[in-house]
Amino acid sequence: MSFASLSRGSPPASDDAASLTDVTFGYTPSRTILSGISMRIPRGKVVAIMGGSGCGKTTILRLLAGQVRPTAGKVVVNGQSVPELSKTRLYALRRQLGFLFQFGALFTDMSVFDNVAFPLREHTDLPEPLIRDLVLMKLNAVGLRGAAHLETNELSGGMARRVALARAIALDPSLMMYDEPFTGLDPISLGVVSRLIRRLNDALGITSIVITHDIYQSLNIVDYIYFISAGGIIAEGTPTAIRASTDPFVKQFVNGEDDGPVPLHMKAPPLAEDFLGRQGA
Amino acid sequence: MNRATVDVWVGIFVAIGLAAVVFLSLKAGNLLVTSNAPGYRLEAAFDNIGGLKVRAPVKAAGVNVGRVESIALDPVTYQAVATLRIDKQYAFTKDTIASILTSGLLGEVYVGLDIGGDEEMLADGGRIGKTQSAIVLEKLVGQFMLNQASSLASEKK
Amino acid sequence: MVNGLLGLLERLGAATRQTITRLGFASRFFIAVLRYTPTAFLRTQLTLREIYFAGVLSLVIILMSGLFVGMVLGLQGYDILNRYGSSEALGTMVTLSLVRELGPVVAALLFAGRAGSAITAEIGLMKTTEQLLAMEMMAVDPLARVVAPKFWGGVISMPLLAALFSAAGVFGGYLVGVQLIGLDSGAFWSNMQSAVDFRIDIVNGIIKSLIFGIIVTWIAVFEGYDTKPTAEGVSSATTRTVVEASLAVLAADFILTVFMFRGV
Repeated sequence: MSFASLSRGSPPASDDAASLTDVTFGYTPSRTILSGISMRIPRGKVVAIMGGSGCGKTTILRLLAGQVRPTAGKVVVNGQSVPELSKTRLYALRRQLGFLFQFGALFTDMSVFDNVAFPLREHTDLPEPLIRDLVLMKLNAVGLRGAAHLETNELSGGMARRVALARAIALDPSLMMYDEPFTGLDPISLGVVSRLIRRLNDALGITSIVITHDIYQSLNIVDYIYFISAGGIIAEGTPTAIRASTDPFVKQFVNGEDDGPVPLHMKAPPLAEDFLGRQGA
Repeated sequence: MNRATVDVWVGIFVAIGLAAVVFLSLKAGNLLVTSNAPGYRLEAAFDNIGGLKVRAPVKAAGVNVGRVESIALDPVTYQAVATLRIDKQYAFTKDTIASILTSGLLGEVYVGLDIGGDEEMLADGGRIGKTQSAIVLEKLVGQFMLNQASSLASEKK
Repeated sequence: MVNGLLGLLERLGAATRQTITRLGFASRFFIAVLRYTPTAFLRTQLTLREIYFAGVLSLVIILMSGLFVGMVLGLQGYDILNRYGSSEALGTMVTLSLVRELGPVVAALLFAGRAGSAITAEIGLMKTTEQLLAMEMMAVDPLARVVAPKFWGGVISMPLLAALFSAAGVFGGYLVGVQLIGLDSGAFWSNMQSAVDFRIDIVNGIIKSLIFGIIVTWIAVFEGYDTKPTAEGVSSATTRTVVEASLAVLAADFILTVFMFRGV
């Protein structure tokens, strides 16, 4: 759907769909969120970026999508240096990317059908019958062809996310990004969504980046995992390697232990002092 | 919301909105009355114009025939000179009398034209010779009081 | 004491700075929206939809309010004018009040409450639920796709609504003056016609309503776009739209009236 941008961009230099090289980022100069991160997303793979809440996972997606610019370092997607792109070129690049938002972010004033048709109508001049066929095809891919006529408020959380997935793949992206796709789903929907991510990746021959803190789902479906903490990569590897890892952080994460390198308690004065101190005041 | 339904409603909305503008312009306003119909100017000098305002109507036999275009004070005679814009289809004789009248006791002030019997007609830029100034109410009341007082005085005697 | 005073000054300064920053951002936003005007008009369907929401859905409240305001003007105006024996000027008074002032102003205030708040809430909700972000990620600029059509839909609707308000009001005045009180119908209309000037009264009234439309819709789309992405954020943005738009309309009305009608 985005031939123009494909022909304009230089061909991928390596076999990476996306890569970060020594990227540092902070919204304010004093507070850095990412410091010197490097990672590669090989073409055709499903890569998970994991870490606790607020560790800068979502910021990586924002960098890849060109929503924010790094303070230092290189961000390359499909062979193009994202921070240097003009708005037109950036939008052209985004047409090759698919995003799944945490809660789907479906357009509430449109039906399911119109939601999935939205990118097609905005970016192509296809006749309406062809759009109809494409939309039903995409909905079929996520198993919701029967929901085409529904309004978005009639969907359950898991269904909404699958419709959003159909919308994200409407323009046949080469790189899919998922922001917390597993949050707030019941166990059945969870399995459905996670298997869908894997299946779509393989069936469409695309690359996927999954931002998540759900270790169990990730270990089942991804090819490679990056662990982020405190703005840096602290562990990485294939699921097998991660399972066998002896790294205390990874162990804490995989086993879901209370205390470890990531403390349960936030830094605070000793308990007794806090209570007594308040009484004295 | 169906696309066609939206179109129909928006169409109705715009149509009645424009109709409201037309209604205000024609029925409530003076767009028709002062349609830029070609006209000509006449001048009339008054000793006192009272409450006459620019844009006040000019009437002959009660019919609107034009409008007061401007009012100025003649620096030599110290008379008020009103320039009247008269619709083209009306012509007035040279001995026409222009008077400043009020509709009702406190109604709007307008210029009334009374036609004379002259053969010749006033041309563009012509001056109406005979005029009657506005009746100033205060003067009238004053005169009336004076008359009353004097008649009372004569009765007493 | 001194500390309290300093603190007060500090807060005042911070508030002023914040207000000015917001005003600057709002102006930049306004220009950005204007730049996307071509999209709003090339894709007529989008703007038509917004005219439907802003204009057609405000129709009933505008017509009803106009009718009642005109009827009240008729009653009150007759009461006052009759004391001076000039009740035949009722039509003039009702129409001039409506066309010059009440039509544009009251319609704009109602518009701010009915359509302005809805615009803010809709954009704010789209922002809160990441719909705007999703659009941006799909390489669709929300300013062009969502904001510009809403802006122009409001700006186009407002003068039409004001004219409808005035027309309904004139009709209301006619109902009270002629049908209820029994003034002469011919005098009612002819006095009105000779006193209401097309250029000075009606055109200026339309210009006023157009400017009010720009002000109200601008504030509405800006507050929506600038919403803090939480439920409270949306509700307070909606309230702010109504308050700010109403004040701005009344202030602008004073300024416009000074320029338009002083010395007429």
